[in-house]
Amino acid sequence: MYRYDEFDHQLVQERVAQFRRQIERRMSGELNEDQFKPLRLMNGLYLQLHAYMLRVNVPYGCLSSRQMRQLAHIARKYDRGYGHFTTRQNIQYNWVKLEDTADILADLAAVEMNAMQSSGNCVRNITADHYAGRARDEIQDPRVWCELLRQYSILNPEFSYLPRKFKIAVTGAPKDRAAVALHDIGLRMFLNDAGEPGFEVIVGGGQGRTPVIGKTIREWIEPEHVISYVEAILRIYNLYGRRDNIYKARIKILVKALGIDKYRELVEAEWLQIRDGALKIAPEERARIDAYFQPPTYESLTEQGAELDELGRADPAFGAWLRSNVADHKVVGYALVNISLKAPGKIPGDLSAQKMDAVADLADEFGWGELRVNHRQNLVLPDVRQSDLYSLWQALAKLELATANIGLVSDMIACPGLDFCALADARSIPVAQDIGLHFANSDKLQHVGNLTINISGCVNACGHHHVGNIGILGVDKRGKEFFQLTLGGSSDERASLGDRVGPGLPQSEVPDAIERIVDTYLEIREGEDESFLDTYRRCGMDVFREAVYGPEGPAKRVTPTRQVA
Amino acid sequence: MSTLIKDKKLIEDPFIRIGVDDAIPAKGAVLVPLTTWQDHWEKLLRRGEPVGVWLKSDEHPEIIADDLDNLQLIALEFPTFRDGRGYSYARLVRERYGFEGELRAIGDVLLEQLHYMERVGFNAFEVDSKDALADLAIADRDFSVWYQPSADDRASSAQLRTELKRNG
Repeated sequence: MYRYDEFDHQLVQERVAQFRRQIERRMSGELNEDQFKPLRLMNGLYLQLHAYMLRVNVPYGCLSSRQMRQLAHIARKYDRGYGHFTTRQNIQYNWVKLEDTADILADLAAVEMNAMQSSGNCVRNITADHYAGRARDEIQDPRVWCELLRQYSILNPEFSYLPRKFKIAVTGAPKDRAAVALHDIGLRMFLNDAGEPGFEVIVGGGQGRTPVIGKTIREWIEPEHVISYVEAILRIYNLYGRRDNIYKARIKILVKALGIDKYRELVEAEWLQIRDGALKIAPEERARIDAYFQPPTYESLTEQGAELDELGRADPAFGAWLRSNVADHKVVGYALVNISLKAPGKIPGDLSAQKMDAVADLADEFGWGELRVNHRQNLVLPDVRQSDLYSLWQALAKLELATANIGLVSDMIACPGLDFCALADARSIPVAQDIGLHFANSDKLQHVGNLTINISGCVNACGHHHVGNIGILGVDKRGKEFFQLTLGGSSDERASLGDRVGPGLPQSEVPDAIERIVDTYLEIREGEDESFLDTYRRCGMDVFREAVYGPEGPAKRVTPTRQVA
Repeated sequence: MSTLIKDKKLIEDPFIRIGVDDAIPAKGAVLVPLTTWQDHWEKLLRRGEPVGVWLKSDEHPEIIADDLDNLQLIALEFPTFRDGRGYSYARLVRERYGFEGELRAIGDVLLEQLHYMERVGFNAFEVDSKDALADLAIADRDFSVWYQPSADDRASSAQLRTELKRNG
């Protein structure tokens, strides 16, 4: 993992002192709320429905056990004993006090963490493949580029007042686990014809009210130029992005308005001016950062496939967990283990301080003290010996953290919704809880296979409903909450946006509607290898719409008869 | 009451601010809007007095990039502190067009933005503050390390790291 050196430490401590001063100026009235708001947002502090919320960066999803213990400490000392992991690979505390925040940031700084730019109209936390450096299909560990981008973007004097927020995601593997096509900038590594690694640069993707799959602005760029290319994209956006309407201010709107070809022309012309300047990544700086991401000293082990299969047959619950929660590791005899934060009936992404500590202990016992947060609000232990999987599973089961549902129906993304968020129209958490309880049967989950459900409590789409295989969008209709379903969304290397099924359903009808969609899929799929998404792409909407609304289709809206006075 | 800081000192503004419809005075340094410069640049230069141009946030300084040798001051307007175009303009004015005269931030210029403004190349600020010099001192104290190279001469942390390594 990256470790702060004296410069990083100095900068983070100075930032904490600065924010402490800014809070004092706010308290004394020297700053009004309008002036203070962007400052607190750029330190991760939101004002939600009931309290302040602090969003803490987990840079590209990497955490040490020591950091996880500090997150637990913060949850206990300053919050209500838990935290919430987000789709940006971050953690949020929902109940902090303004006057405590500088102390929280100081506690974070002590373990090389911060909340800088986790909100605000600036470059946000860089996200990445949560299997980075460990995935079997990976070309190169993307984290060196993530860290270089992190440093480039933090307190960037030119780009701290962008038209709107700006999100960058990086993957080093052909299988896209980082949803790069749905970011303002997505970087996808691949080998060119000469066998050299470089990045495809995707721009203008995003969700929200206007979901867009990003477009390729450059087919291939040498990694040493990646920062200068990002700067060119940012500069053109900063100069020409709309500032008159926050709903039209994201880069996707600018790219759409200009067209990708014109946008590319502007960026390329800008880039030519700066490509060989100070942002070109010097080999020594790359090597310095690369050194932090060197893999641990693995033992020479053998694959345990047969032994694990046998254990799985003897203990089917372990077998189910093995199939859904354990992924291939690039090193023989090791495995990537996903810890689901989606136990039936629980709030997706929430974790208590006690469990944070326990998970940190497991990261030490079953690895090198490293953890990952993934963008589906789960955790990953990146270096588990296959021969330890059974005992790890037993330890997780004791903590109620062995839910075997990664990538399955009940592994839902859900935004905080109207239970917390000032923007929300509907409560997404209860819907997630209902679905979790409805699909608690592990056999059925496994039988259905990979199927993502993403739930947002409003059109801002923090729950990524546009790219769920099944998306659920909460809307407010005349004071009542309804939930619209979409089908066919995906955020991977074949990204697509979901299609709307029909009018919204009341919350009580959502789980059954999902069940009917799932059962229809099971009936019509061409074998177990055809995923829900593939079946939808083959068969289209009609059969599923009928499953939801019946052969007559959705009920016609009843127009109240006008009363004649 | 707004005050002017230039090169970290409080100064009286030697430039007379001219509005779009104002006549150009016979004597004295003037700061004129873009249209006045475009329409009357010959007249302005013949006066033999310093000339500055102020640009609104939707006026790209590229428009006057070829005129910079004739100008003593460029003022970039921040209509609201949230409008960050001026930061990019400032870097271009300094780094790409090579302007070495006074680069002044005007409009909604607040203490909390001064540090970034200095880093992108501004050396003068029109600040609405009781004690603008104290504000600037606070902004200057905030940070002693920077991740990015910018338009000022402060070394980035990467450059400092490399230096440290070379010097053992």
